[in-house]
Amino acid sequence: MIAGRSREIVRLAMPWLAMALFLLLWELVCVAFDLPEILLPRPTRVFEVFFQRFDILLAFCWDTLWTTLLGFFLAIAGGVVLGVLIGASPLVYSGLYPLLIAFNAVPKVALVPILMIWVGVGATPAVITAFVISFFPIVVNVATGLATIEPEMIDVLYSLGATRFEILRKVGIPRAMPYLFASLKVAITLAFIGSVISETVGGNRGIGFLMLSAGARNDTATTFAGLFAIAIMGVAMYAVCALVEQRMTRWAFRGELVS
Amino acid sequence: MTAGAFVELKAASLTYRLGKETTLALADATFGIGKGEFVAVVGPSGCGKSTIMKMVTGLLPATGGEVVVGGQRVTRPIKGVGMAFQNPTLMPWRTTLDNVLLPMEIVEPHKHRFRRHRAEYVERAMALLKTVGLADFADKYPWQLSGGMQQRSNLCRALIHEPEILMLDEPFGALDAFTREELWGVMQALWLEKRFTGVLVTHDLREAVYLADTVYVMSRRPGRVVMSRQIDLPRPRTLASTFEPAFVDIVHELRERIHHEHAA
Repeated sequence: MIAGRSREIVRLAMPWLAMALFLLLWELVCVAFDLPEILLPRPTRVFEVFFQRFDILLAFCWDTLWTTLLGFFLAIAGGVVLGVLIGASPLVYSGLYPLLIAFNAVPKVALVPILMIWVGVGATPAVITAFVISFFPIVVNVATGLATIEPEMIDVLYSLGATRFEILRKVGIPRAMPYLFASLKVAITLAFIGSVISETVGGNRGIGFLMLSAGARNDTATTFAGLFAIAIMGVAMYAVCALVEQRMTRWAFRGELVS
Repeated sequence: MTAGAFVELKAASLTYRLGKETTLALADATFGIGKGEFVAVVGPSGCGKSTIMKMVTGLLPATGGEVVVGGQRVTRPIKGVGMAFQNPTLMPWRTTLDNVLLPMEIVEPHKHRFRRHRAEYVERAMALLKTVGLADFADKYPWQLSGGMQQRSNLCRALIHEPEILMLDEPFGALDAFTREELWGVMQALWLEKRFTGVLVTHDLREAVYLADTVYVMSRRPGRVVMSRQIDLPRPRTLASTFEPAFVDIVHELRERIHHEHAA
């Protein structure tokens, strides 16, 4: 038992140890090669700046966070609706799927200047970019969940006299849930990328804007502090999505339930 | 036999169309199934056995001839049918009990009574689960059950709404021999109690002879019914009866006929 528990502690500590080791190496490389701060600031310096400018970082983080989340939630709403339509109807599928793929192939950075022309600078293009970029994986996953229902299952329901809507409600939607929640983990990280890209290209607030303007002043340490802040937010949101996923679709994690 | 049959196939055939190619899956099937009769359809693989099932239930309407169930010509999925496949197709997000109750949420008139009279339906489902020995597993999820138990719950789901016809497409095909033979007994007991009209598609000749009143042998694709054999062995049949000469003789006779088909 004791051995099992300490093993568990080691397992939980591993990511932190790996990160500490990485930062230590980074620090050593900076010291050993005497790298100038403008090129690559030492991690200790980045943390120093991080805490010195904590209030500014927090304010800008908040801007990035809410634009990301707003775009993300819009993407969930739109993605589920379109995913269900595409997954449930072969006709909609054949009509829209190629268009979606083409749309997804467009680099979203290219959209930001257009968005700026349409809606101006600031939060709006960030929300839209976050939405556009995180929309696709949600649609594809929801549609896949619906399209991969076992044909026998559909036969059973049809022979009971179920309507297509009933099949969708009783089988399609529950079955698509694990696919949806799995896609949210991917989508939230993409949403961050979207809003930060937009802030970098055409923003007047947010972490992306902060990094860009710090870079312009050759303040590399602040740029890295912004990078760290994005990483922390990204991991935190990913963790929230993973937790929601486990809570909502426990049946799909069968191994853990049996024990 | 055909006169006054509950299910009638009159020169029924089915042609699949895939692009430009057409495949004749089933040619000219003519036979009748009496109400409350249990028939088995056997034949070489790919002979259109499952096609018969789909035709009778209307999932794939016949493209030639006609299929009549209860005096009505079948052109689209008919109601009041229970189905069980080799794959138990239980919903992993529902407990065994909720899986068994599924038809009650779809079939009239239960659909509209279900919410208000849930207790009554739960009682009914529990009684059914008890007859197949699953009463203690009602709250378990499908993946917590063995393959045999999953198939038992599948049978319960197919029977809960007391369908007039039960369609079984190799329901025991994926199970080990011991579980399979045990489930023959379960199936027979259910049929003796409820007397639904049963259609069993299988390639296991002993299974067919054990369960059926009449066994139909089909030819290779395009499938035709080449032999019909009454099984007048007394019921309930037991595993011991499968070793009796009368039983073994019928199995041999059927096997000969199918070998003949393979050789042809």
